[in-house]
Amino acid sequence: MELFINQVLAGIATGAIYACMALAVVMIYQAIDHLNFAQGEMAMFSTFISWQLMQWGVPYWWAFLLTLAFSFAGGILIERLLFKPLAKAPLLTNVAGFIALFAIVNSVAGLTWDFTIKQYPTPFGSSPFLGSQLISTHQAGMIGVTIGLLILLYIFFQFTRIGLAMRAAASLPESARLVGINTSWMIALGWGMATAIGAIAGMLIAPVVFLEPNMMGGVLIYGFAAAVLGGLTSPLGAVVGGFLVGVFENLAGTYIPGVGNELKLPIALALIITVLVLKPAGLFGRPIVKRV
Amino acid sequence: MSAIEEVANEAPAVEAVPKRAMTLGYGTSLVVLGLLVIAPVFMKNFIVFQLTMVLIYALAVLALNILTGGSGQFSLGQSAFYAVGAYTSAILMEHVGMNYALTLPIAGIICFGFGFLFGQPALRLSGVYLALATFALAVAMPQLLKLGVFEHWTGGVQGLVVTKPDAPFGLPISQDKWLYYFTLVVSIAIYIFSINLLKSRSGRAFMAIRDNEIAASAMGIDVALYKTLAFGVSAGITGVAGGLGAIAVQFVAPDGYTITLAISLFLGMVVGGVGWLPGSIVGSAFIIFVPNIAEGISKGLSGAVFGVLLFLVIFLVPHGARQVAIVAQQLIGKLKKG
Repeated sequence: MELFINQVLAGIATGAIYACMALAVVMIYQAIDHLNFAQGEMAMFSTFISWQLMQWGVPYWWAFLLTLAFSFAGGILIERLLFKPLAKAPLLTNVAGFIALFAIVNSVAGLTWDFTIKQYPTPFGSSPFLGSQLISTHQAGMIGVTIGLLILLYIFFQFTRIGLAMRAAASLPESARLVGINTSWMIALGWGMATAIGAIAGMLIAPVVFLEPNMMGGVLIYGFAAAVLGGLTSPLGAVVGGFLVGVFENLAGTYIPGVGNELKLPIALALIITVLVLKPAGLFGRPIVKRV
Repeated sequence: MSAIEEVANEAPAVEAVPKRAMTLGYGTSLVVLGLLVIAPVFMKNFIVFQLTMVLIYALAVLALNILTGGSGQFSLGQSAFYAVGAYTSAILMEHVGMNYALTLPIAGIICFGFGFLFGQPALRLSGVYLALATFALAVAMPQLLKLGVFEHWTGGVQGLVVTKPDAPFGLPISQDKWLYYFTLVVSIAIYIFSINLLKSRSGRAFMAIRDNEIAASAMGIDVALYKTLAFGVSAGITGVAGGLGAIAVQFVAPDGYTITLAISLFLGMVVGGVGWLPGSIVGSAFIIFVPNIAEGISKGLSGAVFGVLLFLVIFLVPHGARQVAIVAQQLIGKLKKG
């Protein structure tokens, strides 16, 4: 029983990473109806920016805020320059665009900061949390930040005019335009916010997985899986999905013989596909009603 | 805009390509074929090998094109079927001692079965959800190939070495050139099969599903059957390509069939033009040669150069090589009139 509780706790701790990433994925999916394959690389780049700022002597929280501002602006810039012109192009062309962006960001980061592994500081400290050996204060902080972020997003989308406008632009763009919402800028805003959330995810993950250009590869897959599991239309679903994936992955690795570390990812993905086959819109997603 | 627009927004992810626009005309096809037949005569063996790989990847891209351009389903998991085909050929050749040419149909049939079975659960998924499911398949495949249970057959992490076939009947050409012509014949056969498939009753059913699934089912098309069938055919062709790939490269190992391969094939389809079968070979050439060019321009930034080139292609011709072909056709038409 103790082993079980320990594994669940450790799963929740890694789940917080996935939840953060999934939140960013859902943000951008809401805005533009695409999965952004370059999301992880963008988060990695933001994390490197904050690291560079700290190398230059900027204190942690200032670097954190500056990076958020930079990422927000960067996200909007990428949308304006690269993806706005592609808005009318076929969906698959857009996906190719994301892959191209992935290659560019990864390569530029590799050339600027090289591929050696770097330490990244944590603002919460790394001592054990409340005497537990499995979950450190950093991981507890991560869970706290993820939940805080979720509450902020909820307030933003539920109670602010601009949040309402963004939701309107996402669900019925033509009608939203008719009531005077600038849908094009709402999409850009979605990109900005998603990039900023990705940056938070990156900065929280970096102390755990260490900083290097390929650090997000695995995390993004789990982030996608979590987002799809929770339902791509629901930020709450993304967070719950993230924690579920983390816990399941740990339990499968412990209790299913022959899984070990190698097969953890395939098993987690297999679970998600099973869930999707039973409930195609994800756990918290709205089922999409089709009409001819 | 009107309500009609809104409905159109939800319409299929893949742009409809009319049946006639899916292929080249007879004349153009013959010219391309002639070039493909003559090309290796003047080339070094290494370039012939690369051309063989272009043909092989073109087959895999063609298979994806039948799935996506034909029936409107995504797949990021083609590398898994490619791997199954490659391993089937390699195991049959090395452990059973079968002739290389005979292993290909078997690889195709086995992959058809895999694809058909995978299509069953995939039926309930669409769009990004299907993309994730197939993606999961691609991620899992290299891990499964490494499993200790199959190690006796697959060679585990080490992989298997495959012997390269000699030209038969004592023909005086090199192994590379023989393999090129062999691949060319297989490719042409599959290309003709694909065209006929898409023109057949089943092909029309695929396209009806692609354009509007609900309308298709209302017309009495068995949507479940044709969607899984499209998966099966696509996987089968990819399996044959995988088998050919194993013979050409003379080596199979789990790390040769990662998600990167699946993404490459996907890019090949987009660059070639979704739903335009001759585009497969253009797309395949793109994914084989452009990374090399990028490496040549800048070693450290090869990824960035590749990305920028890809952006250039999708900005200038968002519909891929098909768009170029249409423009060229119109130009030739004007010249003829003028």
